[in-house]
Amino acid sequence: MAVDAAATRRIAHLARIAVKDEELAHLQGEINAVLAFVEQLQEVNVDGVEPMTSVTPMEMKKREDVVTDGGIADAIVANAPASENHFFVVPKVVE
Amino acid sequence: MNASAKKPSKLLRGATGDWEVVIGMEIHAQVTSNAKLFSGAATAFGGEPNSQVSLVDAAMPGMLPVINVECVRQAVRTGLGLNAKINLKSVFDRKNYFYPDLPQGYQISQYKSPIVGEGEVTVDLEEGESIVVGIERLHLEQDAGKLLHDQHPSMSLVDLNRSGIALMEIVSKPDIRSSEQAKAFVAKLRSILRYLGTCDGDMEKGNLRADVNVSVRKPGEPLGTRCEIKNVNSIRFIGQAIDYEARRQIDVIEDGGAIEQETRLFDPNRGETRSMRSKEEAHDYRYFPDPDLLPLQFSQAFVDDLKAHLPELPDERKARFINDFALSPYDAGVLVAERESAEFFEAVLDALKDRARDGKLAANWVINELFGRLNKEAKSISASPVSAKQLAVIINLIGQATISGKIAKDLFEIVWTEGGDPEALVEARGMKQVTDLGAIEKVVDEIVAANPDKVAQAKAKPAMIGWFVGQVMKASGGKVNPQAVNDLLKIKLGL
Repeated sequence: MAVDAAATRRIAHLARIAVKDEELAHLQGEINAVLAFVEQLQEVNVDGVEPMTSVTPMEMKKREDVVTDGGIADAIVANAPASENHFFVVPKVVE
Repeated sequence: MNASAKKPSKLLRGATGDWEVVIGMEIHAQVTSNAKLFSGAATAFGGEPNSQVSLVDAAMPGMLPVINVECVRQAVRTGLGLNAKINLKSVFDRKNYFYPDLPQGYQISQYKSPIVGEGEVTVDLEEGESIVVGIERLHLEQDAGKLLHDQHPSMSLVDLNRSGIALMEIVSKPDIRSSEQAKAFVAKLRSILRYLGTCDGDMEKGNLRADVNVSVRKPGEPLGTRCEIKNVNSIRFIGQAIDYEARRQIDVIEDGGAIEQETRLFDPNRGETRSMRSKEEAHDYRYFPDPDLLPLQFSQAFVDDLKAHLPELPDERKARFINDFALSPYDAGVLVAERESAEFFEAVLDALKDRARDGKLAANWVINELFGRLNKEAKSISASPVSAKQLAVIINLIGQATISGKIAKDLFEIVWTEGGDPEALVEARGMKQVTDLGAIEKVVDEIVAANPDKVAQAKAKPAMIGWFVGQVMKASGGKVNPQAVNDLLKIKLGL
């Protein structure tokens, strides 16, 4: 499997990464190199092997249904480029 | 009239013949919980902007999601209520897209391995008909934040209080064939969720909203291309959106066009659906398993324990009412549809002196007098001026023949408008039914004596006795026992 220039541009766009035309061929090459590496793994027979989700046998951590957080609106919007009355302010988006 | 003509056809008439509508739904139901799905921030409605947001919900770097086990329980309870397969192992995936209400740049959802698999819901329709709608799956996912567009001329405001609250997405199979069925399905699902206490079902607050998939075909043909109507937030609008969309698709096809698969919006002001004209790539979500979360696993014992503590659901309660009080399926259905109504009726039953004798009477009173009156004044059952206890006392008075049914309606009216203890009101206002045969006989004699022509008619046509009963009731202000009057009249008239 390999990606062409159009697919590379599309991947960049979906990830909202601006890519100049002259950068495209290089990125395409890098993605295809990764894909080629992953493709080698296809040679391994994994029939009946559960996908590994953790290197140590552990269970998902769970929390009880208790409110322990919040009330930090100042901190939440502290890094926002623009905010108003604790709202984030963004360029208008309407469908 | 033959039997089939009585049943309204579900098919839609077009210029080229009949069309069948095929509908499937995705219901987004907000999970009832104190804290969010993956953080300890509160879920309460109406907080100050961004006051119920943790650093996890705001997607600050380095934050890790930790699942709220109550949300898992709620999803399992819902699955059990939908008679569905519970998956002891499920996986959370990232659904990737960019929008200002989604700080992570992805929604944590479940894609290939949902927590709940296939199930089914029995939906009662008009005239005793019912259908079974298959459930495809139920999965847990995060809600997004809220955008406000009308506060500023060129900017949108973002409040993340809703961001990260748990949602259950419930996906039906395409088993629905009309807007009426679709509305009944959502109403039933909402009722089940509210009985379970897993979602409050408040559609006005957006806590329950539906995406509706609609396609049309000629009966017997393969499925047509579907359009998805997003985010319809009332049961009435769901019906309107389907009716409009089905007709639009039929018109397009009959005019020689083809339906394009697309996402549409329902505009309640115009009563029409419109294309959202989103770019096609908006639907490339590039799902992959969330590396921050291990698979969600629990034991069968965890499920069994939840199952053992499930409340009685609408179908079970309906069957019990039919069985215990000989109610018609329709009446029982009306009583159980809303949890609050069913609980009100149960409270009336609890206060009855003889529920075996008066249970059916109580059902009639709740459905006809109380619901009728509440509807007339657009009041909810929780705002009823007549309490369950007061209504039960009125019914006790009828049941033990202290007052007649007619007087009981007057009494109900007094309790509704003035309040008070019905028993004391009956005493104070002299509303007791006259059971003294001597007194009744006197009235009967007067009426018989005053109407010799009617007496002659009654001898030829015994049904005329009804007229006499009516006269006696009128003369006594409704306070005599109609059965006693009837018996006496039969003797007096020699019938």
